[in-house]
Amino acid sequence: MTDIRPGEAKSQPPLTYPAYRSNVLRAPSRPLIRVPANLRDLAAPVYGYLPIGDGDRDLTRQHAGEPLGERIVVAGRVVDEDGRALPHTLVEIWQANAAGRYRHAIDDHPAPLDPNFTGAGRALTDAEGRYRFVTIKPGAYPWRNHPNAWRPAHIHFSLFGHSFESRLVTQMYFPNDPLFPHDPILQSIPDPRAQQRLVSQFDLDLTEPEWALGYRFDIVLRGRHSTPFESRA
Amino acid sequence: MSQSPLPHSLDDRADRIATPSQTVGPFFHFGITTDQGLGSLAAAAVGERLHLRIRVFDGAGTPLPDSMIEIYQANAAGEYGTESFSGFGRLATDADGACLFETIRPGRAAGADGRRQAAHVNVCLFARGLLRQLCTRVYFAGDPDLETDPVLALVPADRRSTLLATPAEGASGTWEWHLHLQGPAETVFFDL
Repeated sequence: MTDIRPGEAKSQPPLTYPAYRSNVLRAPSRPLIRVPANLRDLAAPVYGYLPIGDGDRDLTRQHAGEPLGERIVVAGRVVDEDGRALPHTLVEIWQANAAGRYRHAIDDHPAPLDPNFTGAGRALTDAEGRYRFVTIKPGAYPWRNHPNAWRPAHIHFSLFGHSFESRLVTQMYFPNDPLFPHDPILQSIPDPRAQQRLVSQFDLDLTEPEWALGYRFDIVLRGRHSTPFESRA
Repeated sequence: MSQSPLPHSLDDRADRIATPSQTVGPFFHFGITTDQGLGSLAAAAVGERLHLRIRVFDGAGTPLPDSMIEIYQANAAGEYGTESFSGFGRLATDADGACLFETIRPGRAAGADGRRQAAHVNVCLFARGLLRQLCTRVYFAGDPDLETDPVLALVPADRRSTLLATPAEGASGTWEWHLHLQGPAETVFFDL
């Protein structure tokens, strides 16, 4: 095969990872069938040219009052593996509130909902691939994967990029979270360097004086032109 | 985890490790499937209208009530992403593990090699329990072009039927397709 990406297997979580209990009945048991590059569909989903307002980028201003919690800026660049910026691509986020509770019917964690926080936002990257959200730092929360299991604080991200294979749903974490070693979802990624790709960095330049701490989260999407030929060069 | 240099720089090819996938989790609905309009693709499109009903099952045969399906398809002329037809749809599955897209029968789109492929709908599944999305294709049972489709030809003959939607009984214009994550009828998934 000419189009195998060296190292990709270690930078992405495997299909089968039983330490994440919900995976056991949901991971396919048979190997994926590789579609060579010359047979793939060329185009990428055209989605994201919907109107986006300031309220979509600022999750602290979607209600009459201000949400409780630590106000933060989350910003970064979206590029492909060849380093090219991805302009005008949709970035969607969703998250728990400061107490670690989602505004979702099936979240039964006994932590308070915040009437002033929904926890969903979206933005388009600019011409240089940059995006920026204002939100509240989400809380950690318990789940039932194993005894005394807790998810590290995280923000869910969804991106499209410019090809079908660049579609990415992931989670952003916060630096130095003591829950990392105990979280099977993060630990499912074999390469520790790839794990670090999901950990945002505190950034004083993004921090707004007397207003909000800044976290940088850059995102690298698989690119339509990124062949192993190029990546070995 | 803290010993190795942090690959946060974007300057160097070696550092530009692709951002890993993580599960969509069980709580995505209020974030990304609030727009029910993304189930109706057909509005302004030319072509044979149809409903595509997709159901998703786990290894115990239980429907997935908390998954998300995205579809992406060509228009009736086999072109992707035109002004009158985005070809993109996204819905959450319901308590029956089901979602229903209102769309058109796609035309024969050309793959990267320029050859026309049989009419198909690209499908991506996201769900709690899946650390990354699963990609597959839905073809239409009875389509004579299936015989020569180069992607279907990559699939062992005894598994090709897992990729075929069939006309729903008693509902004209509705095609039904079941996605099985495991089991004897486990759906074929593709590595793109």
